Amino acid sequence: MIKKIIEKVGVGGAFLFLAVMGYGILGIFDFVLLRDVVTVLIRLTVRIAPILLVVFVVMLLTNLFFDNKIVFRFLGKGSGFRGWTVAIVGGIVSSGPIYMWYPLLSDLKEKGMRDCLIATFLYTRAIKIPLLPMMVHYFGWDFTLALSIYMVLFSVVNGVIVQRLTQRGAEG
Amino acid sequence: MVKKRDENAQKEAFFNTTRAFKKSLPILMGVLMLLALADALIPKQAYRLIFSGNWFFDPLVGAAVGSISGGNPLTSYVIGGELRHEGVSMMAITAFIVSWVTVGIIQLPAEGLMLGKRFAIVRNAVSFCASIGIAIFAVLTIGIK
Repeated sequence: MIKKIIEKVGVGGAFLFLAVMGYGILGIFDFVLLRDVVTVLIRLTVRIAPILLVVFVVMLLTNLFFDNKIVFRFLGKGSGFRGWTVAIVGGIVSSGPIYMWYPLLSDLKEKGMRDCLIATFLYTRAIKIPLLPMMVHYFGWDFTLALSIYMVLFSVVNGVIVQRLTQRGAEG
Repeated sequence: MVKKRDENAQKEAFFNTTRAFKKSLPILMGVLMLLALADALIPKQAYRLIFSGNWFFDPLVGAAVGSISGGNPLTSYVIGGELRHEGVSMMAITAFIVSWVTVGIIQLPAEGLMLGKRFAIVRNAVSFCASIGIAIFAVLTIGIK
């Protein structure tokens, strides 16, 4: 039965179907809680909608102006220091939840982006420039600075290890 | 002739982007539904009860709790700040706030579907270990407990 569902609606559709089933089961046992969950869901969706639009525009622009050769030159095998810089800076300046960037990264991966650079991009997304004042408020300047520097250093370490463990070799 | 070719390229780019986006939407919606469920089911006070004050286990617990949590990183700072007031070690709090944004157990199925199962598992496992490493380095560098 599961195979038939996946064949009919795809893996993504089946995943969504499972989530909807979960909500349905929750509604049967606790309707008030389901209402709270749906309220949170609406709030989340409204918050991420503009970011989703930005991601769509970025994807459209990359499809328009960057062909596979250019992506491969900047982010593929042999992109070297330039590739790491693009991944680190791109991760830091990108906004919104991590999962919003999966479609773009999946697209770039098909065009030749290396695993290590995807991992580095996803890691440096943890450094949120707009939220730094809040971190300073709670934990102080010295801690915020030290943490940010270590995050950048570990993003490269993370990328290298991921590349090696996904068995594509250090060069990708 | 050149204009027509440009128009065709634009149409093709729009079509390709829409197709890729449509493919991703059910997965993104599923992730949002799971996050909303976790947000509503896990009370913010629950985090305070998890830490025991043990220097060895607290960073591990911090990283584990951060990994299964999700949402705005701001929430992790607020919770981290509250935990600090409660006397929880800075190493545990650092591991917690780093893993909050770098490890995503809730998003793992979506990451696996879009970027590859092996990549998603390896990346999250490495990020989990790195969150503990960063916590140790950052706290030792600053010299706070």
